Amino acid sequence: MSIQVLFFAKIREQLGQEQITVAEDFATVEALRLHLTAQGEPWTSALAVNKLLVGVNHTIVPLSSAIKAGDEVAFFPPVTGG
Amino acid sequence: MSQTQVQVQTQVQVQTADFDMAAEYAALSESHQTGAVVTFVGKVREMNEGARVSGLTLEHYPGMTEKALQGIVEQAQARWPLLGCKVIHRVGALALGEQIVFVGVASQHRDAAFAACQFMMDYLKTQAPFWKKEQTTQGAVWVEAKDSDTQAAKIWD
Repeated sequence: MSIQVLFFAKIREQLGQEQITVAEDFATVEALRLHLTAQGEPWTSALAVNKLLVGVNHTIVPLSSAIKAGDEVAFFPPVTGG
Repeated sequence: MSQTQVQVQTQVQVQTADFDMAAEYAALSESHQTGAVVTFVGKVREMNEGARVSGLTLEHYPGMTEKALQGIVEQAQARWPLLGCKVIHRVGALALGEQIVFVGVASQHRDAAFAACQFMMDYLKTQAPFWKKEQTTQGAVWVEAKDSDTQAAKIWD
């Protein structure tokens, strides 16, 4: 039982990795984010709430969204395509 | 309305390869029910935020990208009577002047075609997981999201 966490663009570069697997249970995306930022830098800066978007199973959702084991959670900056 | 008789052609593509505007237009305008085709092409431009750009790299989120684009197309179809709809977005390294994105809409009348094309670009700019990193005279920099893009998308809420 785990959650796959992906990082994109500037956040991926700041963290120096594309993805991690977390084994713990978290009720919400925000709980997961706080767990990750508690590790200190570069996590604190990379996952600061300002201009952070989150996708759960390929849909953009608010940080308050519930998550469960098996979900794919992605953290990324505001999009700039087009 | 004779909407139910019409087969709406929709397609989204994420690719490294370039696209052919003429071929895309021909496909969208094929039906004789079509009275209006509106197309938009976004390109890599030379100047951005005061820095000279030599090219850019587009990163995306495979899987989510296609889903987001499909969602945008479906929302456009729900809002306007469309006969055809196509979105192509390129990823990877693109040089100055290259085409980045294509949005094409076919409808019976121009109002729906114009509106749907603009809607899709506005939504794509804020909802589709693509990120641009520009090679500039000041080094490689991630393009910052614009508040004006967010505001533009809000007019459709």
